[in-house]
Amino acid sequence: MSDSPSAASGPPSGAGLTRASMNLARKPRRLETFVKVLLLGSALLSVLITFGIILALIEPVLHFLGQVSFGEFFATEGRYAVVPLIGGTLMTTFIALLVAVPLGLGAAMYLSEYASKRARKTLKPTVELLAGVPSVVYGFFALSFVTPTLLQDILNVDVGFTNALAAGLVLGVMIIPTIASLSEDALSAVPQAMRQGSLAMGANRMQTTLRVVLPAALSGVAAAVVLGMSRAIGETMIVALAAGGQKNLSLDPREGMQTMTGFIAQTAGGENPVGSVDYNMLFAVGLLLFLITLLINAVSIAFVRRYRQAY
Amino acid sequence: MPSTTLEYTRESVQAAVSTGRSRDRNSKSLIFLILLWTSLFFGIMVLLVLIVSTAIDGAGRFDSALITKYDSTLFPERTGFRAGILGTLWLMATTAVMAVPLGIAAAVYLEEFADGTRWYNRIIELNLQNLAAVPSIVYGLLAVAVMAVIGFQRKGIVLGGAIALALLILPVIIITTREAIRAVPNDIRFGSLALGATPLQTTWRQTLPSSIPGIATGTILGLSRAIGEAAPLLLIGIAGAVRFDPTGPLSPVTALPIQIYSTTSQSQEAYQQAAAAAIIVLLVLVLALNGLAIFIRNKFQREW
Repeated sequence: MSDSPSAASGPPSGAGLTRASMNLARKPRRLETFVKVLLLGSALLSVLITFGIILALIEPVLHFLGQVSFGEFFATEGRYAVVPLIGGTLMTTFIALLVAVPLGLGAAMYLSEYASKRARKTLKPTVELLAGVPSVVYGFFALSFVTPTLLQDILNVDVGFTNALAAGLVLGVMIIPTIASLSEDALSAVPQAMRQGSLAMGANRMQTTLRVVLPAALSGVAAAVVLGMSRAIGETMIVALAAGGQKNLSLDPREGMQTMTGFIAQTAGGENPVGSVDYNMLFAVGLLLFLITLLINAVSIAFVRRYRQAY
Repeated sequence: MPSTTLEYTRESVQAAVSTGRSRDRNSKSLIFLILLWTSLFFGIMVLLVLIVSTAIDGAGRFDSALITKYDSTLFPERTGFRAGILGTLWLMATTAVMAVPLGIAAAVYLEEFADGTRWYNRIIELNLQNLAAVPSIVYGLLAVAVMAVIGFQRKGIVLGGAIALALLILPVIIITTREAIRAVPNDIRFGSLALGATPLQTTWRQTLPSSIPGIATGTILGLSRAIGEAAPLLLIGIAGAVRFDPTGPLSPVTALPIQIYSTTSQSQEAYQQAAAAAIIVLLVLVLALNGLAIFIRNKFQREW
C-alpha cells in the first residue's frame, strides 16, 4: 500500500517534451484547452479541501471562543478543559511509539539489509497488511483480548476495563507498517558503496547495519517515525473504544483516559444540537488536532527532503 | 548477468557479503539477527492472534441471522448486520463514483500537463502530501460543513457519509494513479505524438489505457481503506440503530464498522459475540479487496 505522503514527492513530472511539442502546434485547440482546465480544476480541488477544512473548523471555533474563554479551554480541569485530552493523546501515542519504533525499525532493517529480494517481495506486503485492518477491529481486539487476556490474565497488570496501556499497545501495532515501510525505503536508498566500504574495512553485517546504514538513513527513518506518530495521534476508533471515556490527566498508563480523538467521537455520537457549546468544542478540538498533525507532517516532509538531497 | 565495475547491484553485494559471512557468526550478531526476525514476525503474529481470538469469540454467531436480520434490542442473540452490510455497499459505490473520476483527473493533470516549476503546481503537490496525513476524523468534520453548505439538514444519509469517505481517499487515489501514469514509458507518448495525435489524444488513447491496472489497484486499495472507516461516519451522524435497507443516496444509512462500534459498546455478552462475528465479515471484505488489488497488479501490470 503506497498511501505514504512521501510517495507524492516523486521526480518532477515528465511533461516537458509533451509541452515542447504543443508549442509546435499552430492553432489553439478549444477542446484541449477545455479539458486541461477541467483537469486543473480537479487538481485544485485538493487545495480547496485544505481551505475547506480550515474554514469548516474556524467558524464554529470562533463561536466557541465567544462562549468559553481561552483560559477555560486550555485549563487542566473543568468541563471545557482540553489539557487532559492532550495528555491522554500524548500518553497513548507515547506507548504506541515505544512499541512501534523498535519493532518497525527492526523489521525495516531485516527487510533492507538481510532479506533476499524474493523474500522482501512477499514479506513487505504481509507486514503492510497490518495497516489494512480497520481500526474499529483493533479497538475490539484491545477490549476483548489485550486488556482481559494479555494484561490481566497473563501479565497480571492491574488495569481497568478501559485503559491507556491497552489502547497504546494496539495503536503501536497499527503503526508498525507505516514506520517499517518508510524506514525500509530510507535504508534501501543508502548507496551500496557505503556498505561495501564498511564490509571491506572488516565490519560484519550487524556493524554495517547499525553504524553505517542506519546513521546514513537517519533523517528518512526520523521522517517515518514522525509520520507514524501523526497516525497514532489522529487515530480514533481504537482510543474511542479502549482508552476510556473520562477526562483524566494522569501519568499512570493503567488508568483510563480520554484522548482528543476519543472526545470528538464520543461528542459526535451523542445528541448535541448544532451551535451548542459542546458541539462547538468538537470543532475546537478538531482544529487543534488538525494543526498538530499539520505541524508534525511538515517536520516529516522536511526530514524527507534532507535525506533525498544527501544522495 | 554482466555488470559494469561501477554499478553494484544488490545481488552482487549480497554475494560479496556471503563470502565474508563467517564474520557474522559471533553471538552478538546472531542475537541481533534474531531480534530483527522477531520484530518482523511480531506484527504477523499479532494479526494471527487477532483473527483467531475474534473468530473464537464470534464462533457461536456464524449463522444466517448475522447477515439477513436487522439489529435487535429485544433478542441480542439474534441481532444482525443486514442494514450495515447493505449500507456499506451503498457508501462504497457512492464514494467510488465521486472519488475515482476526480482522483484520476487530478493525477492526469499533475503527471501529464502540470509544469512542476510553477508555484501553484508546487502548492498542489505539497498540499497532497499533507492531506494524506490528515486524521480521518477531521474529514468527518469537513463533510459536516460541506453538507451544511449544499443545504442538507438531514443527518446520517448515504451522501454525507460518501462525501466524507471520498474526501478521505482522494489523496490515496491521486498518489497511486500518478505512480501508475509515471510508469508508462515516454516512448509510448512520443510515438503517439509523432503520429500526429494531440497531447490529449495521447493521454486518452495511450497513457491512460496503459495505466489502467495501476489505477484499478490504487482505487481498490483506497476503497479498502474507506470500507473500514468509522470515525468520519460517526461525525456525519451515521448511527448504529438503523433497521431498514438504504434505498438511495439520500436515504438514512448505517455502516458495518459503525454497527460494530455500537454493538461493541453494549455490555451484554451476546452483543460482544455478534460484534466479533461481524468483524470477521468485515475482515473478509477488506482482505478480499486487498487480494483483488494484488491479483490485478500481478496479472495485468505490464513490465515495460
